[in-house]
Amino acid sequence: MARYVIRRLLMALPALFGLIILTFVLSRVIPGDPAATLAGDAATPAMIAEIRAQYGLDRPIIEQAFIHVRQVLTGDFGKSIFSGRPVAEEVIQRLPATLELTFAALFIAVLLGVPLGLLAAINHNGPIDHLVRLLSVGGLALASFWLAIMLQLLFAMELDLLPLRGRVDVALGLPPRVTGFVLLDSLIAGRMDLFVNGIQHLILPAITLSLPGLATIARFTRSGVLEVLQKDFVLYAKAVGYGRFRLATIYVLRNAVTLVVTQIGLLFGALISGAVAVEAIFDWPGLGTYSVQAIISADYKALLAVTLVVGFVYAAVNVLVDVAQAVIDPRVAEDVA
Amino acid sequence: MSAPLLSIQDLSVHIRGDAGLARILDGITLSVPAGVTMGVVGESGCGKSTLLRAVLGILPNNASIPNGRLEFKGRDLVADHWASARGRIGFVPQDPYLSLNPVFRAGDQLLEIMRKHAPGSRKDHTEKLIELFRAVQLPDPEGALGKYPHQFSGGQRQRLLIAAALACEPDLLVADEPTTALDVTTQREILGLLRNLVASKGLSLLFVTHDFGVLAALCDRVTVLYAGRVVESGLTAEVLRNPKHPYTRMLLACHPDRAINLIGIPGTVPAATQQPEGCRFHPRCPIARPECARKIPLLVQLPDAHSVACPWYSDTLPEQAIA
Repeated sequence: MARYVIRRLLMALPALFGLIILTFVLSRVIPGDPAATLAGDAATPAMIAEIRAQYGLDRPIIEQAFIHVRQVLTGDFGKSIFSGRPVAEEVIQRLPATLELTFAALFIAVLLGVPLGLLAAINHNGPIDHLVRLLSVGGLALASFWLAIMLQLLFAMELDLLPLRGRVDVALGLPPRVTGFVLLDSLIAGRMDLFVNGIQHLILPAITLSLPGLATIARFTRSGVLEVLQKDFVLYAKAVGYGRFRLATIYVLRNAVTLVVTQIGLLFGALISGAVAVEAIFDWPGLGTYSVQAIISADYKALLAVTLVVGFVYAAVNVLVDVAQAVIDPRVAEDVA
Repeated sequence: MSAPLLSIQDLSVHIRGDAGLARILDGITLSVPAGVTMGVVGESGCGKSTLLRAVLGILPNNASIPNGRLEFKGRDLVADHWASARGRIGFVPQDPYLSLNPVFRAGDQLLEIMRKHAPGSRKDHTEKLIELFRAVQLPDPEGALGKYPHQFSGGQRQRLLIAAALACEPDLLVADEPTTALDVTTQREILGLLRNLVASKGLSLLFVTHDFGVLAALCDRVTVLYAGRVVESGLTAEVLRNPKHPYTRMLLACHPDRAINLIGIPGTVPAATQQPEGCRFHPRCPIARPECARKIPLLVQLPDAHSVACPWYSDTLPEQAIA
């Protein structure tokens, strides 16, 4: 098992290096001259040239690439062309908000998606099955910006049950920053009122973001369970009198979730990109809103940093997914090692 | 005479599928008295697996039992949803590679059966299993509990499953060609093991196979199935020495050890949705008469508990059919 984990970690390295190179290439292909943007409308060519020199944009492209790799490896992502502050700092500042949102969405998706898929499979071709299938098609088809606004209208404006936007009430203020996750930090500070408030703020954006993932997980769980139910070992277990409940849940589900776990890894990428729209609508101070600003102002340093950080997180999540899979199915680790 | 351990009376099983209604089993009568080893033999598609599944209560969802009774120790299995069979009927499946869940430890899977159906604590169960692993000659009996199925060979997995079948101290053992998925030398070992265990524990056995050789080695009595009906039954030695039904005679003639020429039986087992009228064997039978296509033959009782479902059993078969 330890060998398997190390192997998976090593396999992530080339992907991350590729990501560093790719981000550099992309940043040079993007139309728009950041120096010109930064200098403003009234800039003279001399001023633009000066800014170019200041950010190293006048060097040969290969040299810039080497500098880029070295900087990324030392954690130096440069300064934002827009705000002048180090982008690494800004990204780290905002990353926890996005992670909190995506993890919450993933949590909802798994917590509801797996049981729904299981229920559908056990009632194969029954009413529950049809309902779940309808929901899983609907969940993928609904546009998140539309759903977000509908949820806001209903739960925030009409029923006044949940806050409309933001991460916590402005009046309460943020807890002292330890991890950057509001829920964790408010627990650390012993502020239950903030914790509850944070959860209330999290509900609507997390539900909006979770829906496509929920649909995917329900669908994969359903087909996974249906497939496993056909296996000889299920028939054998029935013949020797396994407990009904145990058979339908753990015994079949553990085989079926290997498929689902792979999906979770892939879904994580979709969740982070989905967070861009959701954050914008719910005014969530995460990387999504940050990257929208960066795109508008052609702040390529900021975009690079966001892309790289998200890429690293994605790679880390997928290593975790692989390890989880090996824990669920011991054959996985042995096949590879 | 006391009631038999397992008694099957006039049992029919129908399966509704896309191709229509399949009458897989039609009026099967068979009983396994305590301490008797009964073999059920027939070609693939004759319904022997369905018979087994009916006894174990694992018929597919689209199956129905329109008539007949299944009794185990005097209890109606259908009426009590096989509750009295659980733990009391041990099952050795056909394919040891596919019958254990690959993602659970072997010990946990076997202990789950015992948790439901055997008295005692988990510790008692563990001790009992290790003892059984010794009895089935599984290497490293203590370590076996913590291993996953893929860490055993096919023969070892079949030994595990035999141990599992014995774990709740059943009265009846049911086995579905438990050696077909194994290589020849392992087959011999597993059959030898099964025979010794059945003999030493005085178990009753219901053993399904297409192989007369395996049957002869293991079973006191035999029931021959053809297209969902019993065509012949009796003591194994008697039926093998003196087969009566044309089907049994031709089937035995097909056996590579006995046949001079491998000619087989012309035609194939009819599809379960299109069973012929009258005697189901008549389209392939060399001594069929016109009335065979109309009348369902009754079982004729012969001496020594031998019975045959053919009124013309004393006719000689044409040379080429059994040569």
